[in-house]
Amino acid sequence: MSTPPNTVPGTPQESQVTAPAIIPWTQRMYWLVRRELWEYRSIYLAPLAAATLFLLAFLTAFTLSPKHRHEPLDGPYDFAAVLIMGTGFIVGIFYALDALYGERRDRSILFWKSLPVSDLTTVLSKVAIPLVILPLLTFAIAVVTQFVMLLVSGAFLLGSPHAATLGPRMPFFHFSLMLLYHVLTVHGFWYAPIYAWLLLVSAWAPRAPFIYAFLPPFVIWGVERLAFGTSHFLGLLLYRLAGPEPSGGAARSGNLMDSMSALTPVQFFSEPGLWVGLAVAAIFLAAAVRLRRYREPI
Amino acid sequence: MPCIEARGLRKAYGTTVAVDGIDLRVEEGRILGLIGPNGAGKTTALNAILGLTPYQGQLRVLGRDPWTEREKLMRDACFIADVAVLPRWMRVWQALDYFTGVHPRFDRAKAEGFLAKTTIGRGSKVRELSKGMVAQLHLALVMAIDAKLLVLDEPTLGLDILYRKQFYDSLLNDYFDRSRTIVVTTHQVEEIQDVLTDVMFINRGRIVFDCSMEEFDSRYLEVMVNPEQIAAARALKPMHERQVFGRSILLFDRVERQQLAALGDVRKPSIADLFVAVLSNPSGAAQGGPQ
Repeated sequence: MSTPPNTVPGTPQESQVTAPAIIPWTQRMYWLVRRELWEYRSIYLAPLAAATLFLLAFLTAFTLSPKHRHEPLDGPYDFAAVLIMGTGFIVGIFYALDALYGERRDRSILFWKSLPVSDLTTVLSKVAIPLVILPLLTFAIAVVTQFVMLLVSGAFLLGSPHAATLGPRMPFFHFSLMLLYHVLTVHGFWYAPIYAWLLLVSAWAPRAPFIYAFLPPFVIWGVERLAFGTSHFLGLLLYRLAGPEPSGGAARSGNLMDSMSALTPVQFFSEPGLWVGLAVAAIFLAAAVRLRRYREPI
Repeated sequence: MPCIEARGLRKAYGTTVAVDGIDLRVEEGRILGLIGPNGAGKTTALNAILGLTPYQGQLRVLGRDPWTEREKLMRDACFIADVAVLPRWMRVWQALDYFTGVHPRFDRAKAEGFLAKTTIGRGSKVRELSKGMVAQLHLALVMAIDAKLLVLDEPTLGLDILYRKQFYDSLLNDYFDRSRTIVVTTHQVEEIQDVLTDVMFINRGRIVFDCSMEEFDSRYLEVMVNPEQIAAARALKPMHERQVFGRSILLFDRVERQQLAALGDVRKPSIADLFVAVLSNPSGAAQGGPQ
């Protein structure tokens, strides 16, 4: 990306006049990601809306139902995180399905291709949205939301005997750290093949990418069920969606934070499913880059 | 180094051959008009030149292979594919920011200068602008890029005559400086006749006519022949004959002006007239000399 400018031997004076400053890759990536946020404002608006709605509901519950005032809870803190990150996950699905399809449908792909940005850089900027931007964004929004909840319940509990055990059982900082660990591992790494598949379909689909993305898994599941009476494929999908199971005694106890804390980084990164998933994601993305090069406006 | 050089350029979609072996050479500093009926292969040829579509044959644009080096090529070349391709959600300031951010040869001050001459607001979305304003915006963005090659595919399609006139005026006055090369396709041939330095006709995927405007002006003459001299005029082997208001208009290639003046009113033909003559006369292809 930092190749020296191609100077034509015959025209030295001209190439000096228009000295081509090569724009660093990081700067181009920054503008490409900003471009995505301009076009798909739901990337930040939807999690923000979810957080606002949740806070309103939390506040209402707190003022209306007096019994909540006197006991600290950690259920709502979990629920806030799940709600906001779930919203981010859904936004990511719709984003990835449209990212390479929408530009072909409205012919703006011709405009984007008139700029010195390669298909690889473009696809990488688009996959960065669900794998990096959305997890970090939803994490930040979740933490701020939980902090506001903490302040609110603190204000209500002030003077009550429970004041010493505010908020969730876990210390707030630890809780946030666990959340960050979760978004980076599960949303950033574990879900990579899901988003890569959606981007691939988005780059390929002649129409209705939603159907092309979800019909094949459904058909495979049905055929497998009829032909062999098994459901390995469904199991595979559920395994991918549910995230890696923590090994050892700490099975899922229904508490999100417990299962997350049970999975150490060593366990997570030695999980073969992670690496298989990342390899599959890389193949899907390479195919998406190639398709973007060939595909013309619809 | 020629700006564009193609040899045996070919592109087929399934069994449909869109471009059927084009040989093409465009030197630096020319303004080439690529004229052809719908479906003649103009857009396909331009897409190949811009690295938007794979092709067969040899093609070098600014010394590069456009299909494998599109990203590098686009630092020195830019194009307007047609008026509708600016993303409709984009605001004017976002377009300026984005170009500044990703294009090393984009001069933001220059673009702002062009926009200041229009009524386009910085906060407007593309979808809120009229068709003419979108074309103005796109042209302002593209003209602020210090490129060596500019390709315009039907840039004024659907615009009214005022915008069309303005478009080519600013292209000539504010952009073209003889070191740049412009390739343009359009159906409004008459309007760009005085703008072009070269003209090329393309039909059914082949180049059927290719000549410079100097050559065009010196070679072709049109005569509205007096009825009593029609036989004498036909003896001079006109390329084409058509009837207007009951009188015959004959188009000649390389016939002396004095000789024709004796037959009726002599005038310079338009590109459109020659286009019709060449396309309705298969041997016309042979008469179009090389540049």
